[in-house]
Amino acid sequence: MSITMTEAAAKHVGKALTQRGKGIGLRLGVRTAGCSGMAYKLEYVDELNPDDLVFESSGVKIVIDPKSLAYLDGTELDFTREGLNEGFKFNNPNVKDECGCGESFHV
Amino acid sequence: MALLQIAEPGASPLPHQTRHAIGIDLGTTNSLVASVRSGIAHVMNDVEGRALVPSVVRYMEDGSVLVGYDALKAIAKDPKNTVASVKRLMGRGYSDIEHRENLPLDLVDVPGMVSVKTRQGVKTPVEVSAEILRVLNDRAQQTLKQDIVGAVITVPAYFDDAQRQATKDAARLAGLNVLRLLNEPTAAAVAYGLDNSAEGVYAVYDLGGGTFDISILRLTRGVFEVLATGGDSALGGDDFDRRIYCWVLDQAKLKSPPTVEDTALLLLRAREAKEYLSTHPEAPITARLASGEIVDLTLDMATFAEISQTLVSKTLQPVKKTLRDAGLRVAEVQGVVMVGGATRIPLIQRAVGEFFKQEPLNNLDPDKVVALGAAIQANLLAGNRAPGEDWLLLDVIPLSLGLETMGGLVEKVIPRNSTLPVARAQEFTTYRDGQTAMMIHVVQGERELVDDCRSLARFELRGIPPMVAGAARIRVTFQVDADGLLSVTASEQTTGVEAHVEVKPSYGLSDDQITGMLKASVDNARDDAQTRALKETQVDAQRLIEAVRSALVEDRHLLNDAEYQLIESGIVKLQTASLSGNRRQMTIAMDDLDADCKDFAGRRMNQAVNRALSGKSIESVEATIEQLHQPKMVKESK
Repeated sequence: MSITMTEAAAKHVGKALTQRGKGIGLRLGVRTAGCSGMAYKLEYVDELNPDDLVFESSGVKIVIDPKSLAYLDGTELDFTREGLNEGFKFNNPNVKDECGCGESFHV
Repeated sequence: MALLQIAEPGASPLPHQTRHAIGIDLGTTNSLVASVRSGIAHVMNDVEGRALVPSVVRYMEDGSVLVGYDALKAIAKDPKNTVASVKRLMGRGYSDIEHRENLPLDLVDVPGMVSVKTRQGVKTPVEVSAEILRVLNDRAQQTLKQDIVGAVITVPAYFDDAQRQATKDAARLAGLNVLRLLNEPTAAAVAYGLDNSAEGVYAVYDLGGGTFDISILRLTRGVFEVLATGGDSALGGDDFDRRIYCWVLDQAKLKSPPTVEDTALLLLRAREAKEYLSTHPEAPITARLASGEIVDLTLDMATFAEISQTLVSKTLQPVKKTLRDAGLRVAEVQGVVMVGGATRIPLIQRAVGEFFKQEPLNNLDPDKVVALGAAIQANLLAGNRAPGEDWLLLDVIPLSLGLETMGGLVEKVIPRNSTLPVARAQEFTTYRDGQTAMMIHVVQGERELVDDCRSLARFELRGIPPMVAGAARIRVTFQVDADGLLSVTASEQTTGVEAHVEVKPSYGLSDDQITGMLKASVDNARDDAQTRALKETQVDAQRLIEAVRSALVEDRHLLNDAEYQLIESGIVKLQTASLSGNRRQMTIAMDDLDADCKDFAGRRMNQAVNRALSGKSIESVEATIEQLHQPKMVKESK
């Protein structure tokens, strides 16, 4: 069971956390929503929940709840640039299908 | 696949529901666009990684338009079709523009706003600004890959309504939805998060390329109020370059005078040296001139300080004056925000720090701080609020709102530039004895006479109990909500009867009209004041005549014939004086009539007191006493 982050993603998260001035890490998660059934969650973490799991990747803490982990196991979080746009991308091996925009997916 | 951004805890947006809003710093020299992504404000760069868009627009022969660096390159080559510093023309009339002869542009005197003649026809400053905004909007759309719900655009704190309206129109023309116009110093304060800090007074020191602005802000309950602004429209970072350039000429002792190209080159080297000195103790200045002469000098910190000392102290003069205007002392200023590239100069940092006796805030990029603040505000207004963050309401009403009082005069209830939302109430009274209805005429504008202002709505308050003129208390409440929607309520205080109307104040007012109205108010200020004084005296005279007449009807028996004749002739005299429109004559006639009636009034008062003492009518005594404190009167409705 693991979640990882690319060097680029870790660098960007580290920088964002410093600029924000607080937060202990990055929360990954899924929730039921969107056109293909599920949507990713990507949030700053200020407090841990009791059943949270914490992974560390390139010095950044990745926080995830056990339910979400089932859908995200093996995921690598990447940070990429597409033209002028830049942002995070989930490379999730569990995904069977995703909507055109990729904001929501299906396992 | 879409790229995701990090959200605040518990605030992940649903798919396809991210609401992007942008902040735009539409500057005189350079413009920027920024947005909040992953909870942090970023300025958006172009493909070459440049954040700034020079605020320059070039109209090409083939009908296309160049904006930014591409346009800037041609400024010397094609000056008539390359518009720079258009911000200085926004919302201005032809005659408002100082030093027109120094501008390389062909200015045209168009009613409403000065315009520029280019090879693509006459362009208004609104159209030119829209070109710049369009480029910023395109960049934002390419960066965010999503629709943009709206933009917050910054304007200088001293911008008047015509200039603000022109900015809004430019945005609309560029296809942007303006969420709000924000004062530049306020945006800078927001970027530093001062809106979340304790209430207090802040100074924003903004030294740009060619202008210097100082603003004093007060933060109360999350709203920034601009207490005072000042500055120097012809002082900026470029002046420091020129000082170094002069020093170079002085030191190099050139054999032949520098050519135009030499000057441009040396100014560039001067600028580089200035920037180098922000982080190094000394800067080399080397250049090979057209004549083949070599300039090779080293400028150290102490020399730079010496040659630019007068410039630094020149900025502190307006700072002192502005503080004085705001009625504040240095010790009352809680924080100082630095804006503009030139504030990177350590000498300025030090001088400002010494003046305010505290370290200025300077950890954000001073070129970007205004755009960043605008982006943060835009993000809030788009509804992307982290839990616990509050709204900021910073919009102001562009023109005063008021109502018509006797004599066709305007009584302003909400003055222009009041922050929204706002509610103000004022008491008015009846003009005639037994008046039971009142016409409330709501008007907008800065002028003193109703005829010169814009009529927004009329409504009637009926069911006022019959009373002596001036005895009724009608409370009129003006309320403008956050979207600029005005509602007016009038209620009579003793019976509680009420009437109500809703209006949209800016509806149907074109920019030309707003510009015209504001201009007229300034042009006619003195005439208006005189007309108002005259009208007020006429109203006073009519009121006195009405009062005396009704007293004569009621208490004729208290006078002998001679006294009666005297008062009657006094009324006629006042009537004539009132018609003549001579205020002095009117005042004299009023004083005379007043004197003639003195005994009569005394007798009436005694009679009233006697009646009161015998328990007959205490109200009439009260009414008489109340009349001593007269609110403005509103005429009867027909």
